[in-house]
Amino acid sequence: MNILWLQASGCGGCTMSLLCAEKPDLFDTLGGAGIEFLWHPAFSEATGDEARRLLAAVESGKQPLDILCVEGAIARGPRDTGRYQMLSGTGRSMMDWVQSLAPLARHVIAVGSCAAFGGVTTAGGNPSDAVGLQFDGTHEGGILSADFRDPTGLPVINISGCPMHPDWVTETLLMLAGDALTPADLDSYARPRFFADHLVHHGCTKNEFYEYKASARELSEIGCMMEHLGCIGTQAVGDCNIRPWNGSGSCTRGGYPCIACTAPEFEEPRHTFTETPKIAGIPVGLPSDMPKAWFMALASLSKAATPDRIAKNATSDRVAIPPTLRKPKT
Amino acid sequence: MTDRNLLVGPFNRVEGDLEIRLDVKDGAVAAAYTNSPLFRGFEMMMLGKDPRDALTITPRICGICSISQSAAAAFALADAAGAEMPPQGMLVAALLHAVENMNDHITHFNLFFMPDFARPIYAGEPWHDEAVNRFTATQGSATRAAVAARAELFNIVGLLGGKWPHTLAIQPAGVTKSPSTSDKVRIQTTLRSFRRYLESELLGGKVEDFAAISTKEQLQNWTAGDAGRFLRIGQAVGLDDMGFGPGRFMSFGAYPLPGKRAFKAGVWDGGLKPLDTASITEDLSHAWMIGPDAHPTGGQTMPDEDMRDDAYSWCKAPRLAGQTIETGALARQIVDGHPLALALADHPSAWARVAGRLLEIARTQMLLEDLAAQIDPKERFMGHRDLPKNGEGAGMIEAARGALGHWTRFENGKITGYQIIAPTTWNFGPRDRNGVAGPVEAALVGAPVRDGEETPIAVQHIVRSFDPCMVCTVH
Ligand code: SF4
Ligand code: SF4
Repeated sequence: MNILWLQASGCGGCTMSLLCAEKPDLFDTLGGAGIEFLWHPAFSEATGDEARRLLAAVESGKQPLDILCVEGAIARGPRDTGRYQMLSGTGRSMMDWVQSLAPLARHVIAVGSCAAFGGVTTAGGNPSDAVGLQFDGTHEGGILSADFRDPTGLPVINISGCPMHPDWVTETLLMLAGDALTPADLDSYARPRFFADHLVHHGCTKNEFYEYKASARELSEIGCMMEHLGCIGTQAVGDCNIRPWNGSGSCTRGGYPCIACTAPEFEEPRHTFTETPKIAGIPVGLPSDMPKAWFMALASLSKAATPDRIAKNATSDRVAIPPTLRKPKT
Repeated sequence: MTDRNLLVGPFNRVEGDLEIRLDVKDGAVAAAYTNSPLFRGFEMMMLGKDPRDALTITPRICGICSISQSAAAAFALADAAGAEMPPQGMLVAALLHAVENMNDHITHFNLFFMPDFARPIYAGEPWHDEAVNRFTATQGSATRAAVAARAELFNIVGLLGGKWPHTLAIQPAGVTKSPSTSDKVRIQTTLRSFRRYLESELLGGKVEDFAAISTKEQLQNWTAGDAGRFLRIGQAVGLDDMGFGPGRFMSFGAYPLPGKRAFKAGVWDGGLKPLDTASITEDLSHAWMIGPDAHPTGGQTMPDEDMRDDAYSWCKAPRLAGQTIETGALARQIVDGHPLALALADHPSAWARVAGRLLEIARTQMLLEDLAAQIDPKERFMGHRDLPKNGEGAGMIEAARGALGHWTRFENGKITGYQIIAPTTWNFGPRDRNGVAGPVEAALVGAPVRDGEETPIAVQHIVRSFDPCMVCTVH
């Protein structure tokens, strides 16, 4: 199975994250499954005219293409010309190339939130008028129409995340190599369900604080970050706290909030990322599948019942009070 | 030999998008024009946002030096708030940042730079089999070892920063994770393992011994490891005689620590001089940008949608006191006064540039170990300081590729100005209004072009010796 990887309007961070795959490393993981790169801008030898010839061979059908991976959003500006990103040396825009190559691939993958939904490249006034491959934020249809399907019936597979976890890409590729990914394995934003069926909240080391609404007030304090610090791990899809990042990490373990980077339009939360917007002291973004009144009732009950250890630790930058040991029975 | 014009691209194994136009005369490059053909507009995106959002948005300028962007934003906000991180917060911020820079150097050397020597154009050279075995893309034994080693080194960022790239751990008032004693010993263990990689694969000798090299002659006598391989092959293909930079070097100073920077700030122009950042301007004459030339505190970013004909890049052309200047690992080591770097300063070739990077790898390993040893888990890693509603600040630090600056201004809690100059903007910027070529444009002049070559290999070596990061360049 071969892969052609293009870097559109993104930061290259998805490739960099991919290179952090471990146990085994990236090239072992893919090579062992017979997956190889036809061309990748970060690590292929072919450059300039050699790379142009290869792109031409794919476009003419001479070189069959199994998987087209696109990282980064697609710039449509200025004025729908796509000239904010020309694929260098070719005189053609990246927009033009992706529209031409996508129908030729057996599968198309949007790697990262930029390619999937537009991502950070579309933040602010979206100066470059960028969109995702098959989504424009939460709306269907990017530079490929909403009904685009690959020859096997799959839409563009959106491995979102900013960046995505390396395993999300390698596992998707391995599944495709084994014909083990069907439309039913994708959620309504076309994200593989093997990571999108989990919430970042699952396995978060701060869950005990969450239970008691024992909240951190400032970054670096170890309490739950939902009430004051903008964390939306209860609404964000991703197995970030189940499957570690870079050995043992996750955003919340690093002491800062989950900003739901796997979600469309995460780049414009309409408030400061690290602060929870509130109305009359009540956070506006409550867990999505819980009625507000229930949440409020439970929260006030659990706050009243918060053990001293948990309350103190929540606003401390390390464990201040360890768990009490059970006294041996006399 | 016929004169020709070449358009080189897609130019890969650099970070981001790069296109180079070459005028070739008598078998050599007569003029070069560098274009960054990707514009996203981060500086425009920042306008109207809460200043703190810079910490989330700006790292996404670049996935290879995201912590550099993050640190520049954090120091710019700290500057505006008149705040300082607590000493231990600074230490951990420096550690995180140095891990990223180290990984950038390792990635550049093994994945971006060395694979060129494995290419068929060099088949038949006495060293070619060795280069193929070590550096063939995705397959070479050095490539594999480097990818595994860098992934493991990033476990330190996993531990202290949650994830890489795009951590939010570095804040104006410190870092969000207070390392415990067990974190400290894990970090030290990871660094020991990385040292083993450096000493057995990359340097082929003790880190301290490589860092102690002080003359060009001693350097040429270092034959061990992939470093030795580079030094030999590089000279064999003539890298020591091509790709000369302007001979002026700048560093903003790397890794702010209490009262100092681990690698000093300054300018080298035949001798060490103080750095006057007030004399920085961005020239827009050959960039698809509208507006006057300005210092970044008053600069603007207004793309020229018509992409006028007399411009040829989205990149502005920064100048220090009106002059071009080179920035990067070699510049940093020269400005820091390392004897080997100083010995390389008067012959700033492509070879010297990569050698300077190897030197910095050795020195950074020693720095990392020193920083890790100084972590005191009993101390505080985050202070407290609210941002004022109105403010102005600059964050000037060193990314792997050189001087990186963020200049921000905010009023009523909203950003009203945000300008960024990245290292590659300095190195790969276009001509200025006096027609003076950017450092890389000038370094390419004279590069040999073989008959029939469409993408001259010498041009590739020279360009890659600068380790360009184009996504940062125009951001
Ligand atoms: S999704 Fe994030 S990490 Fe990936 S290219 Fe876009 S900005 Fe970079
Ligand atoms: S924890 Fe949240 S912000 Fe962090 S990587 Fe996962 S989904 Fe993205």
